[in-house]
Order: sequence, then C-alpha cells, then structure tokens
Amino acid sequence: MTSQLFLQQLANGISLGSLYALLAIGYTMVYGILRLINFAHGDIFMMAAYFMIFSIITFKLPWFIAIIIVIIATVALGVLLEKSAYRPLRNAPRMSIMISAIGASFLLENLATYLFTGVPRGFPDIKVLTTTVKLGSLSLTVATLITPFVTLFLLYLVLFITNKTKIGMAMRAVSKDFETAKLMGININQVISSTFIIGSSLAAIGAILWGSRYPSVMPLMGVMPGLKCFIAAVLGGIGNTAGAVIGGFILGMAEIMLITFLPSLTGYRDAMAFVILIVVLLVKPTGLLGEKVTDKV
Amino acid sequence: MMDKINNKKNRIFLNILLLVIFAAIIILLDTNVIGDAYIRRILNLSAIYAIVSVSMNLVNGFTGLFSLGQAGFMAIGAYSVAIFTVPLAERAKIFYITPQNPVLAQIELPFVAALLLGGFLAALVAILIGMPVLRLKSDYLAIATLGFSEIIRIVFTNTKSITNGALGIKSIPKMPTMWVFFGVAIISIGFMWLLINSSYGRAFKAIREDEVAAEAMGINLFKHKVMSFGVGAFFAGIGGGLLATLLATVDPNQFYFTVTYNFLLIIVLGGMGSISGTIIASFVVTAGLEILRFFDEPLALFGINIPLFRPGLRMVIFSILLMLLVLFFRNGLLGQKELSWQFIFDWLSGKKTRKKTGEGGAA
Amino acid sequence: MSILKINNVTMKFGGVTAVNKLNIEVQEGKIEALIGPNGAGKTTAFNVITGVYMPTEGNVYYKDEKITGLTPDKITKRGIARTFQNIRLFKNLTVFDNILIANHLRLNSNFLSSTLRMPWSNKEERQMREKSEMLLDKLGLLRLKNEIAHSLPYGEQRKLEIARALATDANLLLLDEPAAGMNPSETMELSSFIHTIRDEFKLTIFMIEHHMDLVMEISEKIYVLDFGQLIAQGTADEVKNNQRVIEAYLGVEEDA
Repeated sequence: MTSQLFLQQLANGISLGSLYALLAIGYTMVYGILRLINFAHGDIFMMAAYFMIFSIITFKLPWFIAIIIVIIATVALGVLLEKSAYRPLRNAPRMSIMISAIGASFLLENLATYLFTGVPRGFPDIKVLTTTVKLGSLSLTVATLITPFVTLFLLYLVLFITNKTKIGMAMRAVSKDFETAKLMGININQVISSTFIIGSSLAAIGAILWGSRYPSVMPLMGVMPGLKCFIAAVLGGIGNTAGAVIGGFILGMAEIMLITFLPSLTGYRDAMAFVILIVVLLVKPTGLLGEKVTDKV
Repeated sequence: MMDKINNKKNRIFLNILLLVIFAAIIILLDTNVIGDAYIRRILNLSAIYAIVSVSMNLVNGFTGLFSLGQAGFMAIGAYSVAIFTVPLAERAKIFYITPQNPVLAQIELPFVAALLLGGFLAALVAILIGMPVLRLKSDYLAIATLGFSEIIRIVFTNTKSITNGALGIKSIPKMPTMWVFFGVAIISIGFMWLLINSSYGRAFKAIREDEVAAEAMGINLFKHKVMSFGVGAFFAGIGGGLLATLLATVDPNQFYFTVTYNFLLIIVLGGMGSISGTIIASFVVTAGLEILRFFDEPLALFGINIPLFRPGLRMVIFSILLMLLVLFFRNGLLGQKELSWQFIFDWLSGKKTRKKTGEGGAA
Repeated sequence: MSILKINNVTMKFGGVTAVNKLNIEVQEGKIEALIGPNGAGKTTAFNVITGVYMPTEGNVYYKDEKITGLTPDKITKRGIARTFQNIRLFKNLTVFDNILIANHLRLNSNFLSSTLRMPWSNKEERQMREKSEMLLDKLGLLRLKNEIAHSLPYGEQRKLEIARALATDANLLLLDEPAAGMNPSETMELSSFIHTIRDEFKLTIFMIEHHMDLVMEISEKIYVLDFGQLIAQGTADEVKNNQRVIEAYLGVEEDA
C-alpha cells in the first residue's frame, strides 16, 4: 500500500468518525438524562436528509437557507417525538418507553417508505461541499475536509452549553439525579426538550455532511448509522459528550481501516461495530470516559 | 351460575370440549373440507408466530429483559432446516454459483432432527451473546440483540458455501399436515407454560419485579437470565425452522430485524406477561397483517383512485398501532393475567375483570 | 460466639468515605442494633455485609468464614438474609409467590426436571409449598396468602418482607429500619414480633433502626455510627449516657 492511499483512507476515517460523533452526541445526551436508548435518533437523521432534498430540489432554495430550514425542521421533529412518544410515558415502566422508542423509529421508517418510496433518492449536490480540493498528493472533497472541524467546533459548543450555561447546569443536575433535580425546582420538561433540540440539530448537520459524502437517501439509511453511533456512545462512556465523540472517531476509523487492510472482510464492516460493543462490555462496561454508577439500594 | 363455573367437573368438561373443537377444526382444514390453502397458510403462520411470540414474552414479559434478537434466532433455526433437509440430489441445483461445503453437501437430516438442531444452535448463540451482556444493565441487551440480528444476516449473506448467500435456499421439503405446525406449537408453548409456572419461572418473575431483591433472596441473576434468554432463543429457532418448511424457501432478507417488531407488537397487544394473551394476539396480528394487505393495493372507488392506498400504508398503520398500544393501552388485552373460564364468565356477565385473589383465601 | 464479624471495613465512593475502619462482632442468638444519624453509613455497612458493595478495605466473616467478595445471592445462600429500608417486595406477585421465590435458592431440581414435572421435582415443590404455608401461618399471614403484595397495608408489607427473608432459611437476619413509617402501636407490635421470630427460628438479628424506643427496648447490644465511624457500643444504658453519642445526635455547640 502506498503512503498516499493510506493518508487518503486516514482522512476518510477521520471524516466518517466525525460524522458518527455528531450522531453519538445525541444518543449519549438523551441516555444521560432519560436513561433511554433513543432508537428513533437514526431516523431523525434520515428525515433530515429528506428535508434537504425537498428544500433544495423541490423548493429550489439556496443551500445556506436550506441548511437553516433543515435544522429547524429536524429540531421540530425531534421535539415532537419527545413530546408525543416519550413524555406521556415518563412514569411508565422502562420497557414501555423503549418499546415506544422502537415504535417511533419504525413509524418514521415506514412513513418515509410510504411517502417517499423505498427507491433511493439522490442527495442534492451542494457545490460548496462536494468540490474536490488537492492537499499535497491527496484529493478530498470539502465535506470530507471540513467534517472533523465542524464536529470539533460543535463539540466545543455543546460542552460550552452544558458546562457554562444555566440550562447546561440543569442538564447535568438532571442526569446526575433525576428525582432530586426535580425536587430542586428544575424544569425537567425544559431540560429534556433542550437535550432533544441539541441532539436533533447535530443529527441534521450530520445528515447534510453525510449526504454530501454518500449521496443516496433511503428510508432505512438511518438504521445502521444509528445503531453504530449508540455503540460509539457506549464505547466512549454513555452520558459523556466528549466520550461520544472519541467513540465515534474510533468506530469510523476502525471501519475504514478494516476496509483498507482487510478488503476480504468488507462484507462484515457493519458487523464490526457490534464486535466492538461486545468487547467493550466485556473489558470496560463503563466505556472509555464513563464513570462508575452505583445503584442506590 | 357462579357455582356451575366453580365446579371443577364443569371446567374439565369445558376444557375437553374446547380441545375436541380445536382438533376437529384442524382435521377439517387438513382434509380440505373447509378452508383453502390461503387460510391454512395464515393459520400455520399464526401458530409459528405464537411460538416465537411466547418465547419473546418469556424473556421480555416474564423475565424483564429487553431482547430484540428474535429475527436472528429464527434465522438460525430456519437455515438449519434449510441446509439439512433439502434432498442431496437437489443441492447442486441450488448452490449453482458457489458449491456447497463438501461436508454439508453430504449430510441430510430428518426434519425433526434439523429442527431441534436449529433450536439448540440458536440457544448456543444466545448464551454466547448473553454471557458478556447479561451481566450488565439490561439496556445494552436491546442494542446487542438488535445488532446480533443484523450480524447474523450479514454472516448468512457472506458465507455462500454454507447458506448460498443472498440467493437463499429453495426446495425445502414442505410438511403434509397442519399438525406439524400446531403440534410443535402446542408442545413448545406447553413447555414454556410449565417453565413459567415452575420454581424457575417464579425466579424469572422475581427478577422482572426487582433485581436487587431477587438477588438478595438468593437468586443467581446471571444464571437465571441466561437460562430464560437461552430457552427463548431455542424456541425462536424452532419457530424459524417451521417457517422455513412452511415457505419452502429461505433467504437472509426474510430475517431483517424489523421482523422482530411483529413479535413485539404481538406481546404488547396480548399483554407482557400473559401467555394466553400472546397466543390470541399472534392469531389476530398475523391475520390482521394479511387482511391489511389491501391497503397496499391501489384502491379505486367509483372509478376514482384513492391516492392514500399505495405500497407501504400497511406498515404505517402497523407502526401507528404499536405506538397507540404502548401509549394508551399499555397492558394490552390481558396484562399479566391468564385467560381462564372464570375470567371469561366474569367478563361475559359484565363484571369488570376482578382480581383472582381474595376469592379463594380470604375469610 | 460471634456469628458475624466485620473486620476493619472501609468503604469509599470516589472521594467520600462512607464507612471508616468499622469493627463489629454480632453475637449468635442476640438482637443487636446499628444506630446513628442520617448518612452515618449504616445502610452502606449492610450493603457491604450482604455483598451489594465490595469494601475498599477490610473483610466480613460469617461463622468464621470470609464472605467478602461473594455476590449477594451466594451470601444469602450461606444464611444471611435482609430486608430493605424502602420495602422491596415482588409487588405484582402474590404473598405466597413472594415466599415461594425465597425458597428457590434451596431447590435441588434443575430447570428441566422442574419444568417437566418429574416426580422428585413435584415432591420438592409440594414440600416447598407446605413449608411456606407453615411459615405464613406461624407469622399470622396465611389469610393474606393470595393477595397481591402491593395491595397489603404498609405494616403487613413490612412483615411480609421479614417473612420472605426468613423463608431463605437464614440464621442471621439483617433488618434495615423495620419500623420506618410505623405508628407507636405498630412499632410495639413489631417489637414483640421480632422477639418471637428470634426465639421461634433461633435467629440472630442485626438491625438498623431510628425508633429509639424500639432499639432501646429490644437490643442486647447497640453500635453507634457517625460519619462512617463507630463512636460507641454497648448496652442501651451505656450508649444512652455516652457523651459522644449525645453529641452526634444533638450536635456540638461550637464555642467561638
């Protein structure tokens, strides 16, 4: 293998990892606060890709306006999801909430199949993102190039919100101890909504960058990235934002490296994430940056 | 009225009557006196769904573990039947692109042996997944089992010399009688019913109710969770094996993980923790999914096409139903109760489902 | 003879030391109590004994055998059973099922013979049921046999939880605030109940309790914990008059 190909794949790995990281943040934040695997998160991501198609291809909006509209629409969908599928079950057994999450995920997938058909659609070609730039001997698209930076910037923003703002402090309090936080007068609904707003907007940005990289949009496109990103969140330490980003990077990198070095195993690329999950659970169930949680008896 | 129902003799009589009616219906269907191939297919499918759903309820409803691996375990059972029961003479025709593994190409097993093998392989795989995952909070079980379901599909698509990859395996011998499906269903569900009502079943329920208390009462959590999970996988594998012979063909795409959601809907509808509810729901949902197929067909009323009806509507309705159930009708048909004559007569005589307690013991 | 020996046990959570170098020896056949202000580390001590937590340092011995590091179910099998501060019954199951479940740990039949109702398993099940009925009868709970656990009145739930612990054939019973939420007359009834079961089942009882009347009346020895440390031990009178205990409960006047 030439060093050039290696560098090219390295860049690809970092970029894919950053995309995973964007989705993983959404999983980890919701899990941190509601102790819920938001199965529908990957489908929110899928819907964002469709929103982008409609904004640009159907409504012919310029890309910078389209991006804003897509983010707003995705956030609205995320908040609607929480209000309709999770909030009514807040005091229900945990399994009911998980089933509701699965139901919501399945509904979004089926709705997309029904409304947009299962035939893959092309993601709009946003020239600013898909232009190829030469970097020494490497040729990368702008999307590949900027994704890691976008992710790091957004991570910084999320960490700023959770650590420096009032709502962020409330989020941390709720994730530490839901009941006590409630008794302390924290507006739980507001905290949960904010979590979904952050998670969904990151999913929307992720979908736009994803589409510029893999321009084929389908109703089930969110399933695999969704599962993988939850695993990335577990790998990084569930509930830990920076951990989710690290987990995402590792997962994306591992996937690209598998394809590069063991091309005969390419068919198993989707299986690898789950092998990683099992290994993490065996070796360090709390993940890389997670803290040990002890149950109160 | 009440005296009559409480009379043990009468209850036994009613049970026997029910069994005779059940057997008579199957015999009539089997000998083609009533019904047609389509109805027999739906009923056989319902019996299979009942096995798999009860197995899922054993794990989810009775033990409180959130497992989503049913489709994967079914795939193992289905492929076991497919690989080992297709007559040797047919093999070369099926594996025409990648020849079958030379060892497997010489093994043909009787249906029952292949079916049981499938069950045991599914249980074995379940135990291997369960080992690392079941020691932890059961949240991860959902993701691990869902992921496993997908891995199995990926593996079966890639191991072409064993499974014939995406082409699938055709010409699986069919079964001549409905009794195969209903017989296996009765034995399987009967076994799980006995398990749930044994001391081990009580231990499962204890784990569902409160893990910390169960462990403090001397119940080895890990051992019992693995047991429940393994038995659940075994019967999902059996269900998969039956599905293979019913459809006479298997391919990896039949076992997409969303298949598991069918069983999820069934156990939520029937009641998490109710076997009889699950059986009823299996028949209702299976038949319902067939009936709902007309939603997927274009519908024209008085020459006007109703644009709403087109492929995909059925699954939209299906998922809305699942959401509505879990949001507004969380206990399903029976909650954690079981259907009994007492229950039916109370219901018929308009009394709201009374707790069974307090009638026997209280002074 | 001591039945339970807590030897130099320290339990830290992150930077917080919940229990510090605790030494306790509970004598066989006695009723002894662990008291102390809220947050003194009493329940943590119980959780260390029953295997919920692995102590940071030190060891726990039961009948002179080390039990540190065993899982809770193994410890219960050895003969230590407990109740919980906030009742943890199997809420949606019947009273009888709650008791039967606590018998499961002594079951010899494996799951296959149990499921297939082999004759020896049936015999075991029958014996288990008879034994459980007898236990319920002795404790005056038999009339509630088929009631769902969560439908019982509070006092009965507490009693059932104790009955469930007894059903494991325990020799040492750990009661975590058995009188919590009870009115004075219920507390008095509980006091005689504890005495009765101790004598009837030849138990050793070690309990955490806040109701001082109850503690002073029935405990043969009292240990006082404050900020994770044992500050006093002795009979009711000795503890009552101990200066450090009074300070721990009433707080010390800070002189400028």
